[in-house]
Formats: sequence, structure tokens, C-alpha cells
Amino acid sequence: MIEHLLSTADLSRDDAVLILDTAGEMENLTDRSVKKLPALRGRTVVNLFFEDSTRTRISFEAAAKRLSADVINFSAKGSSVSKGESLKDTALTLQAMGADAVVIRHGASGAPMRLASAGWIDGAVVNAGDGTHEHPTQALLDAYTIRRHLCGGSGDLAGLRVTIVGDVLHSRVARSNAWLLHTLGAQVTLVAPPTLVPVGVDSWPVTVSYDLDTVLPETDAVMMLRVQAERMNADFFPSTREYSRRYGLDAQRAALLPQRSIIMHPGPMVRGMEISDDIADSDRAVILEQVSNGVSVRMAVLYLLVGGSREGAGETS
Amino acid sequence: MTEEYLLTGARPLGGDPSDIWLRDGRISQISPAGQLSAPDAELIDAKGLVALPGLVDLHAHLREPGREDAETVATGTAAAALGGFTAVHAMANTDPVADTAGVVEQVYRLGQAAGYCDVRPVGAVTEGLAGEHLAELGAMADSSAAVRVFSDDGHCVSNSLLMRRALEYVKAFDGVIAQHAQDPDLTVAAQMNEGKMSAQLGLQGWPAVAEEAIIARDVLLADHVGSRLHVCHVSTAGSVDLIRRAKERGIQVTAEVTPHHLLLTDELVAGYDPVFKVNPPLRTEADVMALREGLADGTIDVVATDHAPHTGEDKDCEWAVAAFGMVGLPTALSVVLATMVETELLNWQGVAERMSVVPAQIGRVNDQGRPLAEGEPANLVLFDPEARWTVDPGIFPGASRNSPFKEMELPGRIVSTFYRGTSTVRGGELQW
Ligand SMILES: [Zn+2]
Repeated sequence: MIEHLLSTADLSRDDAVLILDTAGEMENLTDRSVKKLPALRGRTVVNLFFEDSTRTRISFEAAAKRLSADVINFSAKGSSVSKGESLKDTALTLQAMGADAVVIRHGASGAPMRLASAGWIDGAVVNAGDGTHEHPTQALLDAYTIRRHLCGGSGDLAGLRVTIVGDVLHSRVARSNAWLLHTLGAQVTLVAPPTLVPVGVDSWPVTVSYDLDTVLPETDAVMMLRVQAERMNADFFPSTREYSRRYGLDAQRAALLPQRSIIMHPGPMVRGMEISDDIADSDRAVILEQVSNGVSVRMAVLYLLVGGSREGAGETS
Repeated sequence: MTEEYLLTGARPLGGDPSDIWLRDGRISQISPAGQLSAPDAELIDAKGLVALPGLVDLHAHLREPGREDAETVATGTAAAALGGFTAVHAMANTDPVADTAGVVEQVYRLGQAAGYCDVRPVGAVTEGLAGEHLAELGAMADSSAAVRVFSDDGHCVSNSLLMRRALEYVKAFDGVIAQHAQDPDLTVAAQMNEGKMSAQLGLQGWPAVAEEAIIARDVLLADHVGSRLHVCHVSTAGSVDLIRRAKERGIQVTAEVTPHHLLLTDELVAGYDPVFKVNPPLRTEADVMALREGLADGTIDVVATDHAPHTGEDKDCEWAVAAFGMVGLPTALSVVLATMVETELLNWQGVAERMSVVPAQIGRVNDQGRPLAEGEPANLVLFDPEARWTVDPGIFPGASRNSPFKEMELPGRIVSTFYRGTSTVRGGELQW
């Protein structure tokens, strides 16, 4: 296994499948009886959030607590690109606290890698979303959700066709999913207006299309990305209405999907723009399940990064 | 100054071993090795060392006044001497900005006081680098600093009319506008070269076209008004092509490339270490090769360091908030040896032209970039091309450590630098 979880590009197929399998075990265990496993007793997990994201923080917090870890929530307020307390000083503080793992959400791409590689701390670093770079645990929970619905809950995603729709340029979810789904054997198609596809995308292991309607009939899972408010008036597209008409998922479009296909969204949704109300609430949407799977996947990640290799050494102290 | 030296066995421009006698601030005599006797001169064994005219940098940020915590004129010129330079141009983006005669004279005098090399202040093109009104270019030209190079470096003079006026106006005193070519609209919040790496790393792209579009416009403006244009830190293959074609048309354009753009690529950004954050950004391998080729065939006239010191606080942080820029004076000649000489793209004559003769001509610097010949000013450097060293920014003179070459092994070592006959560096060490 890897030492930190910074990018899904660092995961081999076997690593990824191991995480998904472990998440499955976590789900079974916590479903059955014990709400808490002793795996990380005596370990400290710090949630270091430079950006507000209650959803992700709560998910990590629940995951760590179910593994019996001590959890410290450290929210460093203020925008990431203004200079408050520096990342370095914060890291040194956490090091002094003896953090075994730092879960970091940061507005600057690469902040988790800096944290892991600059020599400021010893603990494992888990990227909980960095700028417009990656959000690896989101991709893992997406893969977990897809596998559960379309692959019987085991193995990889070989041969599945996954379509990711929306603001690929600024989406950390899209990046993490592109690498991970490819590693797991899926065929990934990105659909977006050309302004929201990064220059350089030709080096990605994906197909790019500008036309959602032609792609949907060939799609097993469609993932709708959030369009952030700050993009809406930056001329990436003429108007939200036009965006919605060309790239939104409404009932008429959803009807183009094959029967067993599922509909996903990493949340929070802009209903009526990316996805219509009725589709978001339809049977084919697995959006709420993505949220609950998030806890199992994050338990698996923390367990494998913090619990595994150092087990024993820490238990006696 | 009564220093007198006899350099024995040096190889001027890599040629045959010669003895070089420095006296009264001048090259008193040069003869084939073993034929000179200078009983009062201190002997310096220069056997096997390449002698070059003192290097001239058209582009350095010495940070004083305003950011003395990162660099001062004294430490910056000491770094220059260590790198074999005997003249540096000090960019105008200080605080206060060098947009008046008062500030350029202050910087000029600080250079004289330090005594390591000539400091030629660059004047701002526009007041406060704001891109709105011309600064008092004539007053800076007429000042004791005798400014001839004007630049808003760090910012592009993006307004076409203002650029035209600036190009025209400086003709009155033989000045040149050195443009930092960067279309501001195309590079809002830009962090790195736009391409494969930016797509993968999720960093805002700085597209090549943002540089090339400005260069294309500026060469046409320079042609229209018959003025001299200098393009700072050319970084893309497309820019090289544009400048090549402009020169073919007889347009008076010159261009510089930095050592880091000759060696490093945007693949290095993958670790998000801000030591690789620079403006213009590191580009691709294809760009690096085109820049080397352009420098070899004379499309790009000179190597300029864009030495840009920054404090630890400004670099030891996440990528997006880190400052742009790299320390470059002490490593410049070694990088040129690695990228241009060892690759057989340039000989030592070519290096002397691109790092001394031509930059002095572009900047209208008297007494620099002169031939190694009797009667010429004793500005020269002795360089050991066989040595190799591992770059340790900890030993650089200033407070800043942001060298992208840290821990890299580079060929060639500056052994001695002589500035107007004074030994500023000997045995690779500063003399004061
Ligand atoms: Zn510049």
C-alpha cells in the first residue's frame, strides 16, 4: 500500500481493489452489530480543513470515530489564497500534537502533497480535496457505489462505461475519477462544453465528447458534476439556462440511458441546473447512497494507511 | 587601486594558454603562456581555466529598496560576482518602484558602494508599473544612472498605444523597451504552463499564446515606429519562431532566455514545490529544445538570469500562494555550460557573445563586454569547465535560497572574477 493518499493516480489496481474490498468489510461490520471497531484505538486523526466542507469533514470524522481513533477537528479559517496561519506552521503544530494521520481539505491544488513531502510532519496524509486537483476518497466511494450496483460488489470495473458530465476543468472529482476508474478497467467519457475541458486532456486515459445525448445511450453510470457559482458569470458558457439545456440531466435525457444505468452526483447539487429535481430523486439516482458509502470507504482508507503497518507497535503503549 | 595580477596559462575564450597581465584596471598585456614577466604582479595560476570577458546580466531583481529581507544590492552583486558577472541590470519592480531619477540614482550608488560589479538600473516604463502613464523616462536617462533599458518587468505593458509611445519616446536617448510579454487577460491567476501537466495537477494554466501574442504585436509596433525592442525571458518555441521571422524582416528586436528555461521543464511542478514556480513558467521539453536552438543560431541574443530572490516565507508554502521567481546569478554560467557548450551548440566565443558582449551592447553599457585584448578594461572571469559541483543555495550570499538547481550537480566552476582590475572572487570565494 501507499504511504499517503494524495492522488488516485498513485493507486495500483490491486491497491484500489483492496481499498474497496476493505470498505465492504467495514460496511458489513458496522452494519452487523459493533458500531465501533478498535482498529485505531490510541491513534490520532486530525481533520485539517482550510475550506468549509461540513459533508466531507463529518464523513471523515464518523469514519475515524468508528475505528476508535481520537479525532481532532482543526479548521483553519479564511480563504486559502490569503495568508493566514501558514500551512507550514499548522503542520508543525499538528506534528507536535502527534497526529498519526492528517486529513486535509485545502483550496490550493497540491497542498496535501506539500504537507506530505516538505518534511513538516511524519503522519499519513489523506487528501480530502485540494483546489482543482483531486478528491481521491470521493472517487473511491464513487467506484465503490458503481461496483456495488453494477459488478456485484467485488473485483474491478472492467468494461463498464462511465460518463462524467460538467465542469471537468475545475473539478477535483473528475480528475480523481478519471485516473481511478481507468485503473479499475472502466471506460471513461468526459462530457462538457469545450471551455470546461482542460487543454492537455489528450494525455488523459479518457474519451472527450461535447454532446451528452450521443453518449448517454452508451453509459452504465453517469456522474453529474457540480457547476460552482463562481464559474457561472465567467463566460465559460453564455448562461445557466443554456448550460442546463445542453448539459443538464432531465427526465427526457435520462430516458436515453440503458435500463440498468445509475445516476450519480458528488453533491452538493444545483437542482434544476445540472440535474432536474425529479431525476435527482428518482430510483436510478444513488446520490444518498454515495454519502453513506463515503464513511465505509474513508474507514478503509484510514485503516489501511494508519492501522495496518504500525499495528502492534502502537497497541502496547 | 594598485592591484596587479599575472594570470598564467589561462585560455582566452577557450583558446591557447596565455598569460594575462592586469594592471591599473586594464588588461596590460596578453602573451602566449610563459612569455610574460611582471615582477610586481601577484601570480595567479590559471592553468586550464577558460578566460571570458566579465559577464553582463540584462535582467536581475536586486530587491532594494523595499525587500531587503530577500536581497540587497550588496548581496545581489556579491552573488553576481560569484557567478562571474561584472555588470548587472537591476529591474525596476522595487518598492518604491524605480520610476524616477531619484530611485535609479539610489540603486546606482548602492552598486558603486558595494563594489562587486556595475549596477545598471532599469527604469520603469510606466509610473508605479501600473501600465497607465509613462514614467519620466528622459529624467532617468539623464540621471547619473544613465538608464538605457526600460521595463515594467513583472508586468506587461499591455496597452498597445502606451507600448507604441514608449518604443518611440526612448529613441531620443537610444533607449530600449524590455517587454515582459504576458497578455494579462489570458493569464488571470495563472500558476504554471498550460498543457498536459496543468491539466493533471489542477493548476491554472499560463498558455504559450499569452506570451506569443504580445511578442507578435510588439515586433509589429517596433517595425512601425522604427524602434528597438527587447523581449525578456522568452520561454516558448512559438516565441522563438516569431522572433526569428521578425529578425528576417529586419525588425530591431533582441531577446533573452534564462538559464532555467534552458534546462528545466514543467514536469518538475508535479511535486508542487514552489521553488519551481516562476514567471514565465517552466515549459515543455520541446520548448527547451527550441530555446537552445534559438540561442545557438542567434535568434535569441543573450542569456539573462531573471535572478529573483524570495524569502523562505514566500516559498515554503503551498504552490498557489508562493511567489514567482528563482535565484539564478551564481549558477548561470554552469547551466549554460551544461545546456549549450557540453551539447556542442555553442563554443566559448559564442558564450562570451551571449553572456557578455551582446548584453552590454543592448544595455549600452560602456567598458563591459569588451574583447580580451590589451588596453581593454580588466573585467574578466576565469572558469574551470572540468569541475563539477553540487548546488547548495545555503552558501549563496543573500538571504534567499530559492534555487531550482538545489542539490543538482552542475558542471563548471567560477574560480576568479576581476572587476575593473579588482579581484572580487578568488578560488571560488568572495574577496570581502
Ligand atoms: Zn519578467
